[in-house]
Amino acid sequence: MSAAGIAVGFGRSVAAETVKVLSTKGWWLLGLVLVAYVGITAAGLAFFLSDLGAELGGTGASGLDDVVSANLVYSSVTAVGLVIPLLFGALLATSEYRYQTLTPTVLAQPRRGIVLAAKAIVAVLFGAFYGVVGLVGSVGLGAPVRLALGEPAALDEPEVLGVLLRTIVAMALWAVLGLGLGALLTSQIAAIVIVLAFTQFVEPILRLVASVWEWSASIGRFLPGAATDALVGAGILSALGALDPSVPSAEVDALLWWQGGLVLAALALVLLAAASLTTMRRDVE
Amino acid sequence: MTTPTPLVIDSLTKVYGEVTALRDVSFSAAPGRVTGFLGPNGAGKTSTLRILLGLNRPTAGSALIDGRRYRDLESPARRVGGSLSADVFHPGRSGRAHLLALALAAGIDRARVDLVLEQVGLSAAARRPVGGYSLGMRQRLGLASALLGDPAALVLDEPINGLDPDGIRWMRSLLRSLADEGRTVLLSSHVLSEVQQTVDDVVVIRHGRVVFDGPLTALEAGTARVRVDAPDRDALAAALQRAGAEVEVGPTGLAVLGLDVARTGEVARDAGIALTHLSDETDGLESVFLTLTADDEAAA
Repeated sequence: MSAAGIAVGFGRSVAAETVKVLSTKGWWLLGLVLVAYVGITAAGLAFFLSDLGAELGGTGASGLDDVVSANLVYSSVTAVGLVIPLLFGALLATSEYRYQTLTPTVLAQPRRGIVLAAKAIVAVLFGAFYGVVGLVGSVGLGAPVRLALGEPAALDEPEVLGVLLRTIVAMALWAVLGLGLGALLTSQIAAIVIVLAFTQFVEPILRLVASVWEWSASIGRFLPGAATDALVGAGILSALGALDPSVPSAEVDALLWWQGGLVLAALALVLLAAASLTTMRRDVE
Repeated sequence: MTTPTPLVIDSLTKVYGEVTALRDVSFSAAPGRVTGFLGPNGAGKTSTLRILLGLNRPTAGSALIDGRRYRDLESPARRVGGSLSADVFHPGRSGRAHLLALALAAGIDRARVDLVLEQVGLSAAARRPVGGYSLGMRQRLGLASALLGDPAALVLDEPINGLDPDGIRWMRSLLRSLADEGRTVLLSSHVLSEVQQTVDDVVVIRHGRVVFDGPLTALEAGTARVRVDAPDRDALAAALQRAGAEVEVGPTGLAVLGLDVARTGEVARDAGIALTHLSDETDGLESVFLTLTADDEAAA
């Protein structure tokens, strides 16, 4: 097949995969869960990081710079919401196996590499969409709470705007991570269990433990969640040491934002490549 | 006018781990004819069709569509339409959205979607989720996806399964008219009687091997059997053998293979032999089919 033929087939598959997503309920249900979860988290954070919250809770965070605390509130999207694009991407791959729709999909486009690449584009598009939806929750609820408690919304600060933009990039990358994971696992149940267990328990614990010693912290900063905090430029787990000095924390230079982005992109590409070399070559059954 | 598109299966072998599902399977389906691919469940029908459509890889041999592999065709879904199962739909997606996604992926004009929905009688249910469809409706949706690209060849796995009597009649006449338009129609079934009125050619597969390949009429002709008796059995047997028949002498008379009843009577008359018995013992097609596909340890 010519390069032009592949390009045409790829464009067609992107359109088809988009229609497939939009014609089921999953995508907007995930969006609703995300906006609610992130919104509540941001409102809570905005309260605890305010002077009033600091006095009541004794977090000692009242001395935080306005920009830093605003970033922590608005980055609730990636602090708690990464699981949503991750699930979206995983389901994008595994529902083809769960409902055996892979058969018609491959009949319409026999080159499975084209199908996987098209799904990666769809993952980026919807991941970015979830980034925007998450920001609607974190800014939409976090900013009013801050203003009500006498803190500035800080939405005109370039540093804050940078966090918002890079949040969208991070969410897009996590959707591709989910796609790679789902394409590699093929089992929907396994993918959901692993996504939930990893994002909700395994990774946060690993990050906390890794931050204790210098040698482990220098490895821990490459964990996907830590790399995401580096990319976005803010994260509640990364900021724990600053918020509560009693939490042990080794001094290690965090990754630069673009390094964090590269770590996530590289991980996603490795998963996709592994899937296209293994599960995507199998008989469709 | 459709481009004549023969389907040629050549020396196909497929091994799954320890199990050999197909052994040296060869046959072809010709344009303008309906070919029935028959055999009991597990004989290798679905494996063969999945390899033909590029879903599974053969261990050896080839399955070609007008000389090319499915994935090497210019726009495969517009050349060959396939429907391999009635369970390949997302329950939350409507039938129409399913077809629309396929049309977009395969580069098929979107206007075809409503056309094929109309053709298979699903227009009214098209916007409802497939989860609420009956098996018969899902069969129709499968056929609609096969017809979507207006293909010159159709490959259908058990398309009649789950249809009600009206649906079966409708499916038969549709397949007939598609073949009459010059298209190649290859359909599988585990019940001969289901497709007997529809097929022109028959390929019977058993334990992964082809055990019959030819026109339906040949399958029927191979079964002609006449029972005849006369006081002088030896003279009768000799006369029939001279006329080209194969004769077995049994306790209740002679079993004649290769001549029909009328010809047997003529041979006896010409030889001046009075008959005491003459009857047509031709087996039904179904029993021929069952004999072909029966689990015969001695033959295996």
